[in-house]
Amino acid sequence: MTDKVIEQEKRAFLTGNEVVAWAALAAEADIMYGYPITPQNEIMHYWTRLAPRYNKTFLQTEDELSAGFTTVGGVLAGRKAFTATAGPGNTLMQEPISMAEMLRLPIVVVIQQRGGPSTATVIYSQQEVTMTTIGGNGEGMRVVYSTSSHQELFDYTIKAFNVAWKYRFPTFVLGDGYQAKMREPLTLYDPESRGIELIKPEPYVGKEGTPGLDRPPAQYRNTYSMEEELYEKLTDYMKDYNDMAPAVAEYQESNVEDAELVIIGHGIVFRAVKAAVDNLRERGIKVGYFRPVTLRPLPVPQIKELFSSKKKVLVVESAFGQLARLLKEAAYGSTAEMLTLFKPGVGITSEEVEAEVEKILA
Amino acid sequence: MSVQPTMPKSWRVDTKPHKFCPGCGHGLVLKALGQAIDELDIQDRVVFGCDIGCSLLAWDFFNVDTVQTHHGRTNPVMTGIKRANPDLICIGYMGDGGGYAIGSQHLVNAATRNERITAILVNNAQYGMTGGQMAPTTLPGMKTETTPYGRDVDSTGYPCQGPEMVAAITREGAYVARASVARPVPLKNYIKRAIENQMSGNGFSFVECLSTCPTNWRTNNVETINFVEKEMTKYYNVGEIKVPDPKEPLGIKTSIKVPTGGIG
Ligand SMILES: Cc1ncc(C[n+]2csc(CCOP(=O)(O)OP(=O)(O)O)c2C)c(N)n1
Ligand code: SF4
Ligand SMILES: [Mg+2]
Repeated sequence: MTDKVIEQEKRAFLTGNEVVAWAALAAEADIMYGYPITPQNEIMHYWTRLAPRYNKTFLQTEDELSAGFTTVGGVLAGRKAFTATAGPGNTLMQEPISMAEMLRLPIVVVIQQRGGPSTATVIYSQQEVTMTTIGGNGEGMRVVYSTSSHQELFDYTIKAFNVAWKYRFPTFVLGDGYQAKMREPLTLYDPESRGIELIKPEPYVGKEGTPGLDRPPAQYRNTYSMEEELYEKLTDYMKDYNDMAPAVAEYQESNVEDAELVIIGHGIVFRAVKAAVDNLRERGIKVGYFRPVTLRPLPVPQIKELFSSKKKVLVVESAFGQLARLLKEAAYGSTAEMLTLFKPGVGITSEEVEAEVEKILA
Repeated sequence: MSVQPTMPKSWRVDTKPHKFCPGCGHGLVLKALGQAIDELDIQDRVVFGCDIGCSLLAWDFFNVDTVQTHHGRTNPVMTGIKRANPDLICIGYMGDGGGYAIGSQHLVNAATRNERITAILVNNAQYGMTGGQMAPTTLPGMKTETTPYGRDVDSTGYPCQGPEMVAAITREGAYVARASVARPVPLKNYIKRAIENQMSGNGFSFVECLSTCPTNWRTNNVETINFVEKEMTKYYNVGEIKVPDPKEPLGIKTSIKVPTGGIG
C-alpha cells in the first residue's frame, strides 16, 4: 500500500492544474489517460511527476477519443480513472462520455475551458457549458461542478470521484484557463482527516470467479434492437438521475431577500459577481447574488423560487448565454425579467458588473 | 436446448443459436476464438470487447466478461482496461471498417505503443452492419452500395494491407497474422498464438481474418467460399506475418516473415 499523499493539512500556493493533480492523488485516483491540449496540459505534467511516487500510472493516448475510451476502460477494470481536456478536445471527448452515460461508468473528466468555437484561443472562456452539461447524443446524464477558486478545484475534484462512484454518472470538474494557469493559496488536506469517506471503486469486468460457472458473465452493451427496451432503460436512468439531483445540486446565494436585482454567475465569473455585490452593498445599493455550483443537475427549485420572487435578474457569463439558456429552462413559467452581460471568451471584472448594475438601476 | 458437440466450452449456450446471418464468417471466427480460450483455460481472465459493426452481435456470445464498445473504439477500451489491470487478458474484436477506417488511428497507435492486447479483425471486404458499403478492404472492381459500378482504385484507393502495416510499425514482441475462415485450423492457431503472445507480455498481437458476408455480397454457398478463397487471396496473403522469436531478448529485431501468398 502507498502512504497517504497528504499527511497533514498544509497551505500551498499553486496553479489550478497542479491543484487538480494533487486532488486526484488525494482522492486515490489510480490512473490518468490524456492527450495534450492547452490549458489543461500541466494536469498531466504534474500527474506524471507525482504518480510514480504513489504507484499510479499514466497513458498518453493518440487523441481525446482514445483518452476518453481508455478512461472508460480504466473504470471498467475497477480503477478510479480520469482524464482532462479542453475546447476541441472536449468536442471529441463527447463520444466516450456518451458510452459512459449508457453504461453508467463513473469516469471523471476535468475540463479547463478555452475560447471557442473551433481552435479559437487557448486562454479562457465559459463556452463549454452547453457541451459539458448536455453534449453527446443523449440526455446529459452527468454531474458538472463549476469551480471558482483553487480551494474549490481541490475540494470538488475529490468530490467528483466520490459522486461519480456513488451514483455512477460521468462527473466533471468544469474549470477554465484562468483557474488552470493562475496561482492561488489553498489548503491541501487528506479527505479522510476531514471525515470525507472515499468511496472504493469496483470492477465491472474481470470480477472474481469463472463466468458461467461461479457467476454469470458481466456483459455490457450500448446497442438496443427494441425501442421499448431502450425506453425502459432510459426511464430507469432518468429516475436515478432525478432522485440523485436534490442530494447533488449545490448553489450559493447572498443578499437575495431585499435585492432589487440579483446577479447570477458561475465559475470564475462568480468572483466578479460577488465582489460587485459586496461593493454595491457598501454603497447601499440593494443587489444580491445567486451562483449555481452544479450546472448539471441545476438547483432547479431554488432557481424557480428566485425567478418567481424577483422582478429582475442579471446573468453574467463569458459566453453568449450558455448559462442563461440552462437557467431559462429551469425557471420556465417564472416571471423575472432576465438581463444579460455576455462576453464570450473574455474575462469579466467586478467593475464591469457594477457599471452594468448601475445602468440597470439608474 | 440440445448442446451441439462442437460448441466450445466458453460459449454461452443460452444465447445460441447466434444472431449472425447463415453463412456469415463471424460465427467461424468466434468459434476459433472460443476454442482458443478453452485450450488456454483462461475463461476467468478474459475480457472480450466487441466493436460496433456485425461484431456487436457478439456482446453476449461467450461466458466471459464482455464490453460492447463504439464503432472503431474497441482498441482504446481494451487498452484502457489492460493498462488499469494487466492481469486481465484483453481481446478486442472488430470489423474492417472499425479497425481500418474510423478506428485506424487507434490501431496504429496501439501497435506503435506495443499495447499488450490482442486485436482480432474480421475482413469481409465491406461494411456488413450498415448494408454493404465500401470499406478500406473492398476489392478493386467490387460492387458495393457506395461503389455500385465497382471500386475504382484511382479514386478510392487500393485494398488496405492491415497486417502488413501493423507488422511494419510494431517493434519486437508483436505477433501479426492473417487467417481465413476457409481454413479453420490455422485460424484457431493464429488466434491462440495471438492470445499467448499477450499472456507472455511480449507485445501487440493482431490477427486479421478473411471472412464472409453472403448477405451483402449476395452470394450463394459456393460463390461465398470461392470469393474468400479465390478473390480475396489475390490481394490478401494468408499466413503468419510477424512472430516473436521465442528466446529473443528484448531489443533485438523480430524476424518478419514474407508471406507465401494464397491460403496455406
Ligand atoms: C461513429 C459512428 N459512425 C458510423 C456508425 C455506423 N456504423 C455502424 S456499423 C458500421 C460499419 C461496420 O462495418 P465493419 O466495421 O466492417 O463491420 P462488419 O459489420 O462488416 O462486420 C457503421 C459505419 C456508427 N455506429 N458510429
Ligand atoms: S450482414 Fe454480413 S457480416 Fe453481418 S451478420 Fe450478416 S453475413 Fe455476417
Ligand atoms: Mg466489414
